[in-house]
Amino acid sequence: MYEFDPNIPIYLQIVNGIKREIVSGARQPGDRLPSVREQAESLAVNPNTVQRAYQELEREGVCDTRRGTGSYISERDGLITALRDEMARALRRAYAEGMRALGFTDEEILSALRAELDGGRAT
Amino acid sequence: MSVILETHDLRKNYFAKPALRGVSLSLESGRILGLMGPNGSGKTTFLKIVAGLQKASGGEFSVAGTPGGHRTKELVSFLPDRNILFPWMTCLDAIGFYADFFGDFDRAKALDMLSFMKLDPSERVKTMSKGMVEKLNLTLSFSRRARLFLLDEPLGGVDPVARERIVTTIIKTWTEDSAIVVSTHLVNDVERIFNDVAMIDEGEIVLSGDAEELRQARGKSIDQIYLDTFGDR
Repeated sequence: MYEFDPNIPIYLQIVNGIKREIVSGARQPGDRLPSVREQAESLAVNPNTVQRAYQELEREGVCDTRRGTGSYISERDGLITALRDEMARALRRAYAEGMRALGFTDEEILSALRAELDGGRAT
Repeated sequence: MSVILETHDLRKNYFAKPALRGVSLSLESGRILGLMGPNGSGKTTFLKIVAGLQKASGGEFSVAGTPGGHRTKELVSFLPDRNILFPWMTCLDAIGFYADFFGDFDRAKALDMLSFMKLDPSERVKTMSKGMVEKLNLTLSFSRRARLFLLDEPLGGVDPVARERIVTTIIKTWTEDSAIVVSTHLVNDVERIFNDVAMIDEGEIVLSGDAEELRQARGKSIDQIYLDTFGDR
């Protein structure tokens, strides 16, 4: 069974999973997403939850629903770049918030990050 | 979407002892409701009344618009929390038994589910493990073309692998025009398939709502919310 974090709404985790697959190239623009029922069975979640995730993807312009044939990943320009930027922003924010919560100053955060990029030799 | 189950102030007393103290809820088609509560909270009593196996002491309910009574029995498929099959029966006997009782029984679906559950059609109930008996009972309940499925503790006493198979079967059986109620205290294993949750304590609903909205609002799993609700006793 696919692992979800039960503390976060499941539909959001499905939305983020599909976005990650688009950015990583596992799903290409124009690809058809699995039907709601197929996806629900393979993830072992409620079909309504998958439906809600697909609606959210459509609302954000990541997918288009073509009547009667299913949901397809949008072929609009800049989709992948936009998704990458969005995910990178979320990671940066989480990192900065986490470090500040530990009491690091902005300067210390930057130098810790640089050290990590240089191979994690010093902190 | 239409309303499949509606209950209004449902009450039940066992002589002087109240088991249900006015349960009102509404369940729409295409939804799966998790009915959660500790042992003795009234889950089974509630399901038995809706299944038409017990009479309420007060209040009313309707299934797909039909007022509760003998006519709603054919709309409701009930999975009891214990085995109801005779030990001498094989899987095929049990399927024949159900097909005789219920006009909406789908024999082809039953045989299909039997193989998905990896059950041998000629094995007798007597020689089956607890998990196998549970899977057979579930197969029988799910092979009816009912509007409302009531599953009383479908995961009790079942190992994790069989649990996963049962969860998958619940999703496979899901249709847009029926609804499913699952009673459980093993919240962790099934919360991902619930749309709605209702927590019941001493015969009353103490918390109910949309599962995803509860997660969002509290930043917690349904399992954790369950523990928060019932943990201090």
